[in-house]
Amino acid sequence: MEAATNSTPVDYLPILLQMLVAVGFGVTTIIGTHLIGPKLRTENKLSSFESGIEVIGNARQPVSIKYFMVAILFVIFDVEVIFMYPWAVNFRSLGMEGLIEMFIFMGLLLLGFIYVIKKRALEWD
Amino acid sequence: MSLFYFVAFLSIFFSLMVIITKNPVHSVLYLVITFFTFTVHYVLLNAQFLAVVNFIVYMGAIMVLFLFVLMLLNLNKETEPMKSVLIKVIGAVAGMCLLVTVAGSIRAMEVSDPLILKNPDIGLVSSLGKVLFNEFLLPFEISSLLLLTAMVGAVLLAKKEQKSI
Repeated sequence: MEAATNSTPVDYLPILLQMLVAVGFGVTTIIGTHLIGPKLRTENKLSSFESGIEVIGNARQPVSIKYFMVAILFVIFDVEVIFMYPWAVNFRSLGMEGLIEMFIFMGLLLLGFIYVIKKRALEWD
Repeated sequence: MSLFYFVAFLSIFFSLMVIITKNPVHSVLYLVITFFTFTVHYVLLNAQFLAVVNFIVYMGAIMVLFLFVLMLLNLNKETEPMKSVLIKVIGAVAGMCLLVTVAGSIRAMEVSDPLILKNPDIGLVSSLGKVLFNEFLLPFEISSLLLLTAMVGAVLLAKKEQKSI
């Protein structure tokens, strides 16, 4: 019992190291290209690239609420998946009972998903 | 212990940067870093489930939502609301009230004995799952109803009804 789930904060050190390497690579690449590359700043080069079309206005335009719909539905299903982690870890010990409990949970959220589909909330008309 | 102080310093520093920086997008990005330091705190406390949830849901999803809300707003310079003198006075009064409250609570504060958990594995994913699917089963199932309500509410608010139906 005590040996199986004995994990400490030290176990997360490799993850931290990996993150440091990933972030470090990104940062060094950006700084390195700035240091090595030639610096020629003209007005055309500094303007944002829009596939060759002249820039109109700025990027601070309000976007459509449909993007927000997709994002908030993503968050809701993300929370659902979060609840599945402790269930999946204890899957064997919970047995059939746990399976039914989880299916009720997922069924209720599936109802919501059917509602979203029926309402055509994700369609891009 | 020194690691805790380092991470706590980073938390306070980045949360100050959230309110100091002028650009709202930078502010959100600093908030992401603040949440990352919170994740490190959770790992140090051996609350691993909370760490994972904080990392995936807060840093990943909710901050993306914050960015979307920022994009939904019209953040052009000319649409910024006028900061009148009245608002500045109200802000100063509210800030002073907060300062007095914090100062009073620091005066009343005293160091308690360190709490020692009987079971240091209490925050792990598997021990949390055992509790969640036995004693707290009803709140767990009700939380699915809560998520369903949130979904329906979001669709109802954001979806335009067709006139013909």
